[in-house]
Formats: sequence, structure tokens, C-alpha cells
Amino acid sequence: MTTSTNGASGFQQRTIISLVQDRPGVLARISGLFRRRGFNIASLAVGRSERPGLSRMTFVVEGPPHVVRHVAAQLDRLVEVVEVQDITDKNIVWRELALIKVAATSEHRGEILELASIFRVNVIDIGAKTLTMEVTGGRNKINSLIELLRRFGIKEVIRTGRVATLRGALIEGQEEGAHTIAESVEHFYTPTAGDSGSV
Amino acid sequence: MVAKTLTGGQIVCEALLNEGVDVVFGLPGGAILPFYGELSKYPQLRHVLVRHEQGGAHAADGYSRSTGKVGVVCATSGPGATNLITGLATAMMDSAPVVAITGQVGRAAIGTDAFQETDITGATLPVTKHNYLVMRAQDIGPTIHEAFHIARTGRPGPVLIDIPKDVFQETAEYDSERDSQINLPGYRVPSTAEEEEVEEAVDLINAAERPVILAGHGVIISRAFDELRELAEKAEIPVVTTLLGISGFPEDHRLFVGFPGMHGLAYASLALEEADLIVAIGSRFDDRIVGDPNRFATKAKKIHIDIDPAEINKSLVVDAPVVGDVKAVLGQINPKVVKTDHTDWVARVEHLKAEHPSLKIRETDELLGQHVIKALSDVTKGDAIICTGVGQHQMWAAQHYRFTNANSWFSSGGLGTMGYEVPSAIGAQLGNPDRLVWSICGDGGFQMTSMELATAVENNLPVKYAILNNNHLGMITQWQGLFYEGDYQAETYSANPDFVKLAEAYGMKGIRVTSQEQLESAIKEANEHDGPVIVDFVIEKVDNVYPMIPAGQSIQELIEESL
Repeated sequence: MTTSTNGASGFQQRTIISLVQDRPGVLARISGLFRRRGFNIASLAVGRSERPGLSRMTFVVEGPPHVVRHVAAQLDRLVEVVEVQDITDKNIVWRELALIKVAATSEHRGEILELASIFRVNVIDIGAKTLTMEVTGGRNKINSLIELLRRFGIKEVIRTGRVATLRGALIEGQEEGAHTIAESVEHFYTPTAGDSGSV
Repeated sequence: MVAKTLTGGQIVCEALLNEGVDVVFGLPGGAILPFYGELSKYPQLRHVLVRHEQGGAHAADGYSRSTGKVGVVCATSGPGATNLITGLATAMMDSAPVVAITGQVGRAAIGTDAFQETDITGATLPVTKHNYLVMRAQDIGPTIHEAFHIARTGRPGPVLIDIPKDVFQETAEYDSERDSQINLPGYRVPSTAEEEEVEEAVDLINAAERPVILAGHGVIISRAFDELRELAEKAEIPVVTTLLGISGFPEDHRLFVGFPGMHGLAYASLALEEADLIVAIGSRFDDRIVGDPNRFATKAKKIHIDIDPAEINKSLVVDAPVVGDVKAVLGQINPKVVKTDHTDWVARVEHLKAEHPSLKIRETDELLGQHVIKALSDVTKGDAIICTGVGQHQMWAAQHYRFTNANSWFSSGGLGTMGYEVPSAIGAQLGNPDRLVWSICGDGGFQMTSMELATAVENNLPVKYAILNNNHLGMITQWQGLFYEGDYQAETYSANPDFVKLAEAYGMKGIRVTSQEQLESAIKEANEHDGPVIVDFVIEKVDNVYPMIPAGQSIQELIEESL
């Protein structure tokens, strides 16, 4: 299995991307379909797309795979949903962004900046007692940084949730998001809950 | 057409006319009064004043199912709008095209808990196919045209349009040509299916030895009566109709089997069980048919023809999904099906009918619900429009009325709404003034919407109401008897009104029937009366509907009546 499974309940994290019309209420319609099945939206990222009037959404939801697949089909039925795809088993790239505000007295500032440099993250604000950094990557990278910063005193963590897209085809004529011919799905690297995201 | 400057209320009326609307069911209130102020200037739009908004929604539903046109209901903000919800949910579950127009409090007051304010677009999200809050008069025209398009195309369903009071009063330009352009990039209406899917289905049909067609509501919605018959006859396939597929196939046809499932005919369920192929056409493998999905028709491969891709593999994993409009898909499949006989299999199904006589009524001098339906069917020659509520009377009606006319059965199959029978019959009669409409009611459901009798009288609608009156919530009594160790609770109606007097109080004719001997003459008398009638059929107090397959079970747990 290439996706994380919580054995007992059969719940899986699934990544769904969709293109939706930018109209009021569209988010409520979508979240309503997940709410109806009683499962959680682990993360949700929305923003305007390259096409005027349309937004892209990436959700990570937790539920039994066949139910998630059915909800995706029901999402597609919504008038304002132009496209929807469960891309969990596809070949995808994804990122997550977090802003971390950490207590940074002059005593510790040097050490924190060193960590920032090792993690290749940007420091975007420095105050008298705090420092805010911007970290992009997969969940593991962000979680590791948070763990390392914890002893300095984390003031706030703001995470965007996952944004994802299908990988471009490596071979002309192949579909986007296909796994390469040489490597089977089994061996290919697909995202899991704690993945680094930087394949 | 030249653009006209109109008030929002006028735009609603003009757009409704352009959509071919001639009847609007409704009940006014403060927030929608500006619309009513304009409605009076459009006599082509007949307004039918209902007594409760739920009745308006069911009437619009009955009108739409019986005519194929979109039914329209309007209501005011707050309680008017919330009263629509049961009607909208009923239409949603049974894919009936209804457009609801609700007044909303003025724009400035929205979100302030103003008098009679409800967030009705929020409240109706899960029970509508789509809904709108229109915040500018200029958007009313395009919204109404889009709403009608969504309501009637694809898998039909209810659409609600919420319009604030001051938007009705604001002026804007309306141009019917411009405003009826549909631009919905996310809304696809399937018609024909992929050739590959058709081929796979055809191969299974041609290879089958014991095929059964399971014909659902989609056959009726798509008006695919001729195509269904052609397929059945060409490949000699017995036809099982679902509860809402009833009247989609002539019941006097030699290949007609009946409806299966929880209270379906035993031989229909057994035909599905013994089949090696089920061709489900516009049916969603409802849980009342499937029961336990792991034990349903395990010997059969399954073809699933449906317009809604979200129905495929929902309840059951199928072998050959075919996504498309039923009429169009059968048009693709039929020419490729090889003309063949299934003589032995058809004989086997006939044998099942003889072995399991589910329609046989037990010998008794008492008046049973089945006697009433059988007599109605005989006297009307299966030619009436039948509306029902939900419960024992509904199941007896589904079993014993032998429909000879297509699209004549209107019942709340999905939501199971008691009370649907009274107003839906009003809508069906309005849409079919030349047909005989019988509403078959239980005494429970009848009293949920009986205030609409006034609507029937006021509009001279000669609906015949047959109350199967047993002073009980019959199905509740049956379940408490079978599954709750006879612990009877809240199942008896000990203070029913005198329904004959009630009829008279409304200015209707009232007839009481207490014995089998009176059935025929009473039904004839009702048919001949030029106006609405209540016939109070006083039936056996406690009786069960058989056959029965308990919820979530399979044909192995079939309970049949010992005769």
C-alpha cells in the first residue's frame, strides 16, 4: 500500500484536487458533502487558478477509500465543480507552507538562525522577542522543524495544508500523473501522511 | 428581443413565462409580496393558493412528475421557506424537477436575525440540486433560466432561488435572449454513452441465459417506454420494475413481473435472485431492493445504465456501467442486441409466480386494504393516475394496482414522505385535467396534509381521495409486531375525525365503505361525481403487508403470508 492506512477503521488519507467556479457558497457545498459522511477535512487550500472565474482546491481528507471515491463522484455532480480528481494513487508533486513564530531572545537568536539555514527556510520577520520563519515542503520537514524549535518556545504555527498537482508526463503521449513505465506503482514514491514532499 | 427595463418581480414573471410556466403554487408573505404585486398583472401565470407551503412543494412535484414540465412553487422568507424543505427533499430523492422561489428579507437586513429571516440557501443545501441567493435584480433573469435548465436536465431535481424583498423592487434590464444563455463549465448533461460501455453491455445481454431487466424511475423520467419494451421483447427479458419504475412498463404485458424488494412481490425478488444478468435501467439499487449488498443477486452479472455517474458502484459494484440518458443509451443498445428467445427462463419466472402467489388475498369477509386497491384497479381498468402516501396502503397499491398507462404512479419512494398523497394529487390533476386521479391515502399521512383539500375544492379539482382507514399507523404496528416483540407504542389513532363529515365540511362529497360488497358501487359513484371526493374505506384494524424481506436482509429471509 502506498497510502497511509489506519488499519482498524480502514481510514486513509486521500488527496483530492478540484477546479471550481468562483461563486459564493461553493465551499459550503463541498464541505457539506464531507460533513454528511462524518469525516474530517485534514487540510484544505483554495486559491484563484490560471483561468478567470475558476479556483483550485486541494483537500486532504480522511475516510475509507471507497467512500472518499464516492464523495469525489458526488462532488463532481455539484454544478459549480468543473473538475475533481482523487490523485492519491497518481504520480504527484505537492507542497505545504507554514509560518512559525518562535520566541527568540538575543541569547537564542543565533542558534535559531542556524537551524533556519540548515532547513533552507526564510526568516520573514524579526521582532524584539520573536522571529517568524516561512517553511515550505512536505509534512515531515515541517514537523521536524517544529519539533526542533519547540524548546525555544513556539508562539504560533500557521499551516496552509497541502497543495498538489499531477506530475507532467515524462514521455510524450503519456497521461499526466502516470507512473513511469519502468517502475510499478508499488515502487514509486507517492505521498503519505508524513512525507517529505521533496521527491 | 429588445431589452426591457422591469422590476425584479416583473423579471421573475417574464422569465417564468419564457420557460413555459403556466401554473405557480404558492402562499404569500411579507418578503415575497412585491412579487405577488406583479403576478396579478400576468394572468397567463395561474397562481394556485395552497394552505401550507409543504403542500405547494408536493403539488409542484406531482405536477412535474405527471407532465414532464418543471413545477414551480413560491413561498415567503423564514417559516414559509422552511415549510418547503420536506417537499424539496422529497423531490430531490425522487429526481423531480421543481423550482422554488422564496422571498428573503431586504438585503440590508440579511444576517441580522431580522423578522422572518432564515438562511434558506444554507438550510436547503443538502436537499436541492442547486440553489441561489440573488443579490441584484439584473441577475434574476439569468438565474431563473439557469435554474430551470439545471432542474430539468441530466438527473432532474429541485432548485431554489432566494430573492430579497428589495431586489424584487429594484429595476434592471431583462433580455430573454441574452439572459437565457447558459454558461456552466462544471455542469455536463450526459446523453449517449461511450461506445465501449455500450459494447460491454451488449455482449453481456447477448450472452445471458437468465436475464432480468430492473427498470427504475429513470425509464419514466427519460420517457423511454418504447425503448424499454423493444429491448424486453427483442431479447425476451422479463421486466422487474422498481417502486418508482412502476408504470414504466405495461403491466398486462407477458414479460411484466412486478416490483421487488422489502414489500415487493416474492417472485420479482426471486427472479432477480435466480438471474444470471440484471440489466438495471435508471435505477439506483436502492437499499429497499438490495437489502444486504453482499447477498443480493450473487449469481448475476450487473449492467447499470444511469445518467448520474455518482450512482455507479455506490450500493453495489457492477460489471458493466453505462453512463448516459436512458432513452439515448437504449437507442444505442437495442440495434446491437441479437433477437433471441429465453423460453425456459420465462417459463421459470412464470413458475415462480405460480409458486409464490404474492397477489393472492386471504379469504375473509372483512374489508382489507388489498380488496380496496384491487377494486380500484378493476373499476378504473388500471387507467387512473395514482398518488400515494407512505406505508401499508402504498405497498398494497404498488402490488395490486395494474397500471395500463405509462407514467401514472406518483409516490414518495426515496424520502418516504407521509402526506405526499394529498397535495401531489392536486398537482397531477392540474397538469392532467382530462384524467382520473385517485389519491390513495393512509389515515396517518392524510392528516399530515389534509388542509390542502381546500385547495382542491377552491380550484374545482375532482381528485378522488381513498383513505385506507384502519385507525393505525399500519406499518408502525407491523414493525412493532415483527421486530419489537409486540411492544406497541404510539401506533393507534383513536381520535380520527369522521372523514365523511370532514369531506362535507370542505364542501366535498364523502362516502363511507365498510364491506367488500360496497366497493364497486362506491368507487363508481366517486368516479362519476363531478368534483373532489373522499371515500373513507374502513379496513381491518391490524394487518400486515406481505411478502416482506426485513431491512438489510436478503431473499433467504423472505416472509410470506400463509394463506
